[in-house]
Amino acid sequence: MVFARASSPHEHSALSTRQVMQYVLLATLPGLVALTWNFGWGTVINILLASTVAVGTEAAIVALRKRPVLFYLQDCSALVTAVLLGLALPPLAPWWLTVIGTLFAIGIAKHLYGGLGFNPFNPAMVGYVVLLISFPVPMTTWITPRDLLPAGVHLPDLWQSLQIVFPILGAPGQAVDAITGATPLDAFKHHTGLLVEQIYAAEPLFSRAEIVSYGWEWVNLGFLAGGVWLIYKKVFTWHAPVAMLLGLTLMAALFYDGGSSTSGGSPIMHLLSGATMLGAFFIVTDPVTSAASARGRLVYGASIGILVYIIRVWGNYPDAVAFAVLLMNFAAPLIDNYTLPRTYGHSKARKATEKKP
Amino acid sequence: MRKIWDIPGGIHPPENKHQSLTDGIGTIAMPERLILPLNQHAGAPAKPLVKPGDRVLKGQMIAEPVGFISAALHAPTSGTIDGIADQPVPHPSGMSARCIELVPDGRDEWCDHQGVGDYRAQPPTALLELIRNAGITGLGGAGFPSSVKLGPRQPIDTLVINGTECEPYITADDSLMQARAPEIIEGVNILRHILGNPETVLIGIEDNKPRAFEQLTEAAEGTGIEVVEFPTKYPSGGEKQLIQILTGKEVPSGKLPAELGIVCQNVGTTFAVYNAICRGEPLISRITTVTGQACGRNGNYEVLLGTPISHLLAHNDFDAKACTRLVMGGPMMGFTLLDPAVPVVKTTNCILAGSKAEFPPAPPAQACIRCGLCAEACPASLLPQQLYWYAQSQNHERLEAHNLFDCIECGACAYVCPSRIPLVQYYRAAKGEIRRHDAEQLKADHARQRFEFHKARLEKAEAEKAAKREARRLAAEAAQRKTATSEAPSSGPGSADDLIQAAKARAAAKKASPDEQKAKLERSVEANRNRLKIARDKLAEGRDQGLDSDAMAKLEVKVNEAALKLKTAEEKLASFDDTSPGKGDSTVADDAASRVMDRVTASRREQLETTVASLKKRIASAEQAIGAETADATIAALQSGLEKQRQKLAEAETALAGLGPDGDQKVTDPTTVDAASAAIARAQAKAAARASMTPEQKAREDLHALDQRIAKARDKAQAARAEDSEHAATLESALEKLEEKRRGLIEALGAEPEETVPERPVAESVPAPSAVEPHPVPNDDPAAAAIARAQAKAREMAAMTPEQKRRVELASLDERIAKARSKLDSALAEGSEHVEALQGALEKLENKRRSLAQQDSDGVNPEGGA
Repeated sequence: MVFARASSPHEHSALSTRQVMQYVLLATLPGLVALTWNFGWGTVINILLASTVAVGTEAAIVALRKRPVLFYLQDCSALVTAVLLGLALPPLAPWWLTVIGTLFAIGIAKHLYGGLGFNPFNPAMVGYVVLLISFPVPMTTWITPRDLLPAGVHLPDLWQSLQIVFPILGAPGQAVDAITGATPLDAFKHHTGLLVEQIYAAEPLFSRAEIVSYGWEWVNLGFLAGGVWLIYKKVFTWHAPVAMLLGLTLMAALFYDGGSSTSGGSPIMHLLSGATMLGAFFIVTDPVTSAASARGRLVYGASIGILVYIIRVWGNYPDAVAFAVLLMNFAAPLIDNYTLPRTYGHSKARKATEKKP
Repeated sequence: MRKIWDIPGGIHPPENKHQSLTDGIGTIAMPERLILPLNQHAGAPAKPLVKPGDRVLKGQMIAEPVGFISAALHAPTSGTIDGIADQPVPHPSGMSARCIELVPDGRDEWCDHQGVGDYRAQPPTALLELIRNAGITGLGGAGFPSSVKLGPRQPIDTLVINGTECEPYITADDSLMQARAPEIIEGVNILRHILGNPETVLIGIEDNKPRAFEQLTEAAEGTGIEVVEFPTKYPSGGEKQLIQILTGKEVPSGKLPAELGIVCQNVGTTFAVYNAICRGEPLISRITTVTGQACGRNGNYEVLLGTPISHLLAHNDFDAKACTRLVMGGPMMGFTLLDPAVPVVKTTNCILAGSKAEFPPAPPAQACIRCGLCAEACPASLLPQQLYWYAQSQNHERLEAHNLFDCIECGACAYVCPSRIPLVQYYRAAKGEIRRHDAEQLKADHARQRFEFHKARLEKAEAEKAAKREARRLAAEAAQRKTATSEAPSSGPGSADDLIQAAKARAAAKKASPDEQKAKLERSVEANRNRLKIARDKLAEGRDQGLDSDAMAKLEVKVNEAALKLKTAEEKLASFDDTSPGKGDSTVADDAASRVMDRVTASRREQLETTVASLKKRIASAEQAIGAETADATIAALQSGLEKQRQKLAEAETALAGLGPDGDQKVTDPTTVDAASAAIARAQAKAAARASMTPEQKAREDLHALDQRIAKARDKAQAARAEDSEHAATLESALEKLEEKRRGLIEALGAEPEETVPERPVAESVPAPSAVEPHPVPNDDPAAAAIARAQAKAREMAAMTPEQKRRVELASLDERIAKARSKLDSALAEGSEHVEALQGALEKLENKRRSLAQQDSDGVNPEGGA
């Protein structure tokens, strides 16, 4: 008779890291559908390309580090990074942009720091920011939503999209320039000196929208839906995303300025434009790089929300989720130090660096 | 309806309780052999009372508790003791330990036993003694001796009975509550009586045990016991968690529930208490759940302690091939057994023979992604992911800052961890590592302190020697000068004059106000009178109890001693009353001087007689000390000292006997007188030194002397407290007065430099027209005052004598002892296995303290006795 010697507990819940990652992947679907509906096949191509590169890079590096390749691939974390980066990149971005971003995200931002669980910065956001700083033009070239295209111009079909992304496949039937356009945040930022209402009237992105920004509102609502489902599935807690959205809302409300010409834009516009919801539910919630405790995640999320607004309105970039997240990644250990929960039997919370009493 | 609080975190693992809840409580055939480990509880192992070959009866005590935290062991059935040897015992490490082996004779013959008729008529202490003798320990898990837990120092207002049984699979308590509710309620009533009838008595049950709840509610009707049902959640059954659920209070970290006025007992323990008190049956069996897919039958059984688990399993159609993990306890906190031959012990609530489907081998752990699921599950609100991180990097400081030691090892974090990291294992390892590290640190500190004490002692001895040499040299020089200049033919009379002068000076210097002296003497008389009374009382008491002659003799010695002391004190007081009112300072001084002169010129016979008397006195006290001492080493030391004293006495007596007629003559030998004069010269030098001292220095010296007196008084007060003497309070108040005086002196000392500061500027800062004066100190410069203060302080530090330093050490030692005590308390609370080690450490600390205190008083004595 040989009985196993094992440390308690002897039972485990069913949820595994692999499943957590799969849930996250699944939860991106509504947003992805909205993106694809409004901007064509570009995002899907981004994701497929990034995933291939990510898995390949991960496998290569794990092999280089002399660790079991399949064991590390099965946690699906590389796929999550790739999908998030693919969602964030502009649709129909040239292939090398996606490849460089993914290589950087997996190779440098993740594995150079020790792989899953050890990276201080969100890999997808590192990849994104590297691209944004290095290649600002392709990174800020967005597609006009399907229904706002001029008459006679259509979104490229799948094959054409592939041709645009991979020029080696031959020249696409139509020029990309014809379908590119500003994002709502761009549009808002460039209309300085106008009242908010005037901007809304001047831009079909706003005037034709159901809620606030045409196309983007559905993308954001899609990610919101996915995020709520993840909270329901207990993949992460509500603290960080809600705090981020509240922080952003609060800032937008404070500086809305009654819609004057110096207004920073309405809270609803900030919530439903750009990468707000993708950031709130898929980036800010990255557990590895965020604060550890619930209280810490509140501070962390709120700070990101505030930073997003600050950079969007007073910075040079129309959107700011990536920068805000990376900045707060830096601050996460500091937040952790001051936001330990109060342990049972203690009258107050301690500090992480507290010495022996 | 009682308000139910929620605990943070918690999990809902599959309950798997129905399998073993089919047929109530079954019995198991008598095994061929029972193996009874001597340590089935938290605390010191029991001491065997039997030897191989002895026949024992069922319920007979076969091992007795050793020390306060320990538990007795009884024969579960009648039979023969086969051996006392090391056997594998149920322990996570699979270790072996001392066990008594019993071969049952099949007759199951009870020893004489009977219950207490009306327990309400018994004092709680008597019932506690019964519980202790029945070997009852907590049957819920930790196995902490119940008599200790039921005798808290604090008043108890809430008794909580734990019927939670939150671990999956286990139904031992559930089946017990279903089958024996009235007995449990009666047990609760006994506990109530023992604890002084606390206002609130609660039985907590999870809502997945509706039948147990019903039975208990019914049985508890009209008793004032509240049976409370609350939602099922693991780990509600932890003592701290249950207290939180039922009362909303949290047991402070490192403290016991008793500090909140709460005592918590398991239902199984309560039943055992009922058995012990009402039936007189000690703890010889318990309810154990046998379950798991590798067992063909699942159920609960009343199992004799010591029954091999293999026997229990065989009874339940155990399929060894299907079993991948044999667990004692539940799936959350139980530990794996490697050898099914180990016995059922007092804490064995469940044997879980799991199949591969139930307990698949753990997959390799993946990286922690800090998802935080563990933090959400933690009932103690810890951050398991951070603890894991720091445990891996062995960052002990951070681990303690993250309250690692508040982890109850419930396993909720590891249960939810998606990366399958064995978190609890990391925490256990880290705790062990930190404890080991701390112990080593303690050892190193000891060694360092020992070394420092040693060095300080040597330095002090060296300094004293040097001082003596110097004094002798000065005295010799002075004497030479005197002989050279003096016209007197003999040095004798001149020296005697000096002696008288010196004695006068000393008496004047030492002079306290007559009132103070008188008060002191009166106190002393009073104290001695009390002491004598106590000694006489004890003697009478001893006579009544018929103590043996040795003990009586000792008591008599004590009485005589006390009488003698009282007499001396009374004489002193009387002579003080006679002399003091009329006499001025000078007369007192003259008095002292004449005494000195008497001593110096006393006849040889007189001197010898004094010596003999003092030696006799010392021997008597030494004998008494030996009588009072219990430690062998100390006795040996004392006896060798005594031997020497006796030798000296014999020598003195022979000398006295052999003294010729010239022995009565007064000493005129010039060398003797010279030596005396030298001693007096030393005293003079000291007085002169004192005269030349600044007031500040004097004050400091006074302070020093006061410190010594305080230290002595403190020792005395402590000793009195330790002996529970009635003088403790008096001594303590005296100590307080001394300390007050000391504070006053310190204030005076601290104020002085500040007062002197303004003088200097007045003198120096007269504006010099040339302004060449370097660094003129402006008026009222606070910086200058601060510097003066700092300098004074530095001087004071430098002036610290070894005694003072030692006192500082003593204070720090006291602090450490207090800490060690609190640690020990918390260890007791957790039922940790380190209790013994902690106790040992505490004892060592206390020994050390005693020896240090001894040194201190030794160091003070020479001056005090001068």
